[in-house]
Amino acid sequence: MQLSGWGRYPRTEGRLSTPRTEVELAALLTGGAITPRGMGRAYGDPAIGAHAVSTRHLDRMLAFDAATGQLVAEAGVTLGAIIKAFLPLGWFPSVTPGTQFVSLGGAIAADVHGKNHHAEGSFGAFVDWIDLMGPEGQVSRCSRTENADLFHWTLGGMGLSGFILRAAIRLKRVESGWIRQTTLAAPHLEAALEAFEATYSATYSMAWIDCAATGARMGRSIVMNGEHARLADLPPAKRAQPFAARGHLSPRVPFDFPGFVLNPWTIRAFNELYYLMGKRGAGPSLTGWEPFFYPLDAIRDWNRIYGRRGFIQFQCVVPLETKAEGLRAILDAITRSGAGSFLAVLKRFGPQESALSFPMEGYTLALDFPVTHRSLDLMPDLDRITADFGGRFYLAKDSRISAETLRRTDPRWQAFVEMRRETGLAQAFTSAQASRLGL
Amino acid sequence: MSGVALILGATSDIARACAHRYGAEGYTLQLAGRDPEALEADAQDLRLRHRVKVSTHRFDVLETAGFAPFVDALPALPDTVICAVGFMGTQGTSEKDPQAAALVMRSNYEGPALILGLLADRMALRGHGVLIGISSVAGDRGRASNYVYGSAKAGFTAFLSGLRNRFHGTDLHVITVKPGFVATRMTEGMDLNPRLTALPEQVAEAIWQAEKHRRDVIYVKPVWRLVMQIITALPEILFKRTRL
Ligand SMILES: Cc1cc2nc3c(=O)[nH]c(=O)nc-3n(C[C@H](O)[C@H](O)[C@H](O)COP(=O)(O)OP(=O)(O)OC[C@H]3O[C@@H](n4cnc5c(N)ncnc54)[C@H](O)[C@@H]3O)c2cc1C
Ligand SMILES: NC(=O)c1ccc[n+]([C@@H]2O[C@H](COP(=O)([O-])OP(=O)(O)OC[C@H]3O[C@@H](n4cnc5c(N)ncnc54)[C@H](OP(=O)(O)O)[C@@H]3O)[C@@H](O)[C@H]2O)c1
Repeated sequence: MQLSGWGRYPRTEGRLSTPRTEVELAALLTGGAITPRGMGRAYGDPAIGAHAVSTRHLDRMLAFDAATGQLVAEAGVTLGAIIKAFLPLGWFPSVTPGTQFVSLGGAIAADVHGKNHHAEGSFGAFVDWIDLMGPEGQVSRCSRTENADLFHWTLGGMGLSGFILRAAIRLKRVESGWIRQTTLAAPHLEAALEAFEATYSATYSMAWIDCAATGARMGRSIVMNGEHARLADLPPAKRAQPFAARGHLSPRVPFDFPGFVLNPWTIRAFNELYYLMGKRGAGPSLTGWEPFFYPLDAIRDWNRIYGRRGFIQFQCVVPLETKAEGLRAILDAITRSGAGSFLAVLKRFGPQESALSFPMEGYTLALDFPVTHRSLDLMPDLDRITADFGGRFYLAKDSRISAETLRRTDPRWQAFVEMRRETGLAQAFTSAQASRLGL
Repeated sequence: MSGVALILGATSDIARACAHRYGAEGYTLQLAGRDPEALEADAQDLRLRHRVKVSTHRFDVLETAGFAPFVDALPALPDTVICAVGFMGTQGTSEKDPQAAALVMRSNYEGPALILGLLADRMALRGHGVLIGISSVAGDRGRASNYVYGSAKAGFTAFLSGLRNRFHGTDLHVITVKPGFVATRMTEGMDLNPRLTALPEQVAEAIWQAEKHRRDVIYVKPVWRLVMQIITALPEILFKRTRL
């Protein structure tokens, strides 16, 4: 069957297995290299390969300790399911990406980050242990004290260190399902960066950035901060049912949009409108957890608006020292190319030392582009600029950087590649991305 | 008002989906299967997700002599019972090996019918209950490609229809479920038409709705009702020539 990531680019022909037990999974490993797959929300090619093995049926919650907030669950459990089960009891994932439809295994393998990275770190910071299946089907418990190397390589290891069976993660206590949100319109890039630095103490922060704006308005952004609302922050009506803060999942995108719907003009119009609406809505407000964390989940299958050819994400991080020049150079290249980005997100990362994880202290920029010649031509320029400014790339979003670019920007992978070769992991776990990048 | 639901064949994909659907309604769940240890993880998952009581029980549909003690040992006589036990076997093997054919017949007809019959009597004594049998469209007409399984399901369908008839006018309700194709372990690797194939969650939802609205016989995807009407209406002289 045809396999692809969330961007529906690239697509490969491959087999998809859905084991129901550990024994079935171990048996699959004897038939050649496999690619672990969760919810397929990575954009490019990390979860596709000749034989993808899905955690769809390995999705049970196994234990919860209300004293510590520790949840033990199988890798296929989604963050959405965790929220559904535990928000009513006053718990929320400690770190969540911009969609709730990711699996625990995928969140660990990509060591995902959320709007609270600068304040609380990445997903891995809240993982207590992982049960990992190795090349021969053997299972080892990995933690900061047991098989520590393997533990650290699994965080951000993109499924290449073994198959995550189950893990223990810590949830955070919340008093409600509401977020106290503060919105601010920043008229240009410097103002946006200033706003991030000025609100560094906020638990959550991110910005939507207008990639179509040029000149004095280049980099104008809507900056959003948030805090979990406490009971005392809620009006009496909401206080009675503090966790009943939910929106609806609206209809799915029923078919692929024809390619012309997203063109530079509509993208500019959308960005204009979004900025104006953000500006009008500036100030404090109370927002439900769904629209705050998962605005895109409101439109199921929204990836179809990019049409059959799919789309690519570009996500890099540039270090704190070079942030302003780096971001400006990237935005410049985009506006000059005329390849607009519909959804662009800017976010401040806090410091992070890790074996393979993407985040480092600085600013991360995530951009969506429809797959067109124009945007494909632009990508190498963005790669070069990122590399020149000392940045690196997020493999969970990647579908096309070169092995050379990865080597240049992220030498950490070299030791991992050697370890994989020595331990037999390389023969057992691979992906289309791993082949492309020589991992 | 939520009650107690007993799920027979609880390791099946359809049964797991039903357990979640009834769990979401707050039902206390009794999971029964050949390997109760394998059900522990599911039980724990159901407790955590739905905050309901869940127990696991050993149940083999071939051990008919054990049925009465099995029912006696349940923590409570259930309000709803869903029987998802089934075994398709391989038609070719069933044709050649009477033992294999007998296993298919006993797993899909004898066992499921007898356990539901027993539970119906207990429920009737108490005064109320819902009995849900997962049968199959394969039982609507015997076809060369799977008539051993189909005939067993036909027997089960007829038994359920009889039970329903017998208890009409009482507070005992019997539902026959003919799911059509469902993407489960049973059908994995088969090349099924996606338009005719339901997900286990859809089957579970249809079952819950059928209980709520006291339906008698349900197909999950509406198109199946039409398909089966056509298939059963074909005169035998034509039907026998088909290769369906
Ligand atoms: C709308 C949207 C918003 C997003 N926002 C963010 C964001 O804010 N921050 C962020 O960090 N990411 C974000 N992402 C990316 C997403 O969080 C990651 O790609 C995540 O890994 C997806 O999880 P998944 O379960 O879909 O995994 P998949 O896409 O199926 O797989 C991703 C990787 O994990 C590996 N993997 C999956 N399961 C296992 C397992 N059991 N054992 C070993 N390896 C495994 C795969 O091999 C692959 O390398 C977003 C994605 C979308 C679609
Ligand atoms: N999938 C379809 O397309 C489809 C279509 C129409 C009807 N159905 C019916 O739907 C029901 C559920 O099937 P499914 O699709 O979910 O497939 P499944 O996963 O194979 O389910 C079959 C179930 O029956 C149990 N079982 C078999 N023999 C048993 C025995 N001797 N004692 C106790 N339990 C026994 C199995 O238990 P173990 O785990 O112990 O093996 C399993 O739980 C079956 O009745 C099937 O005939 C399915």
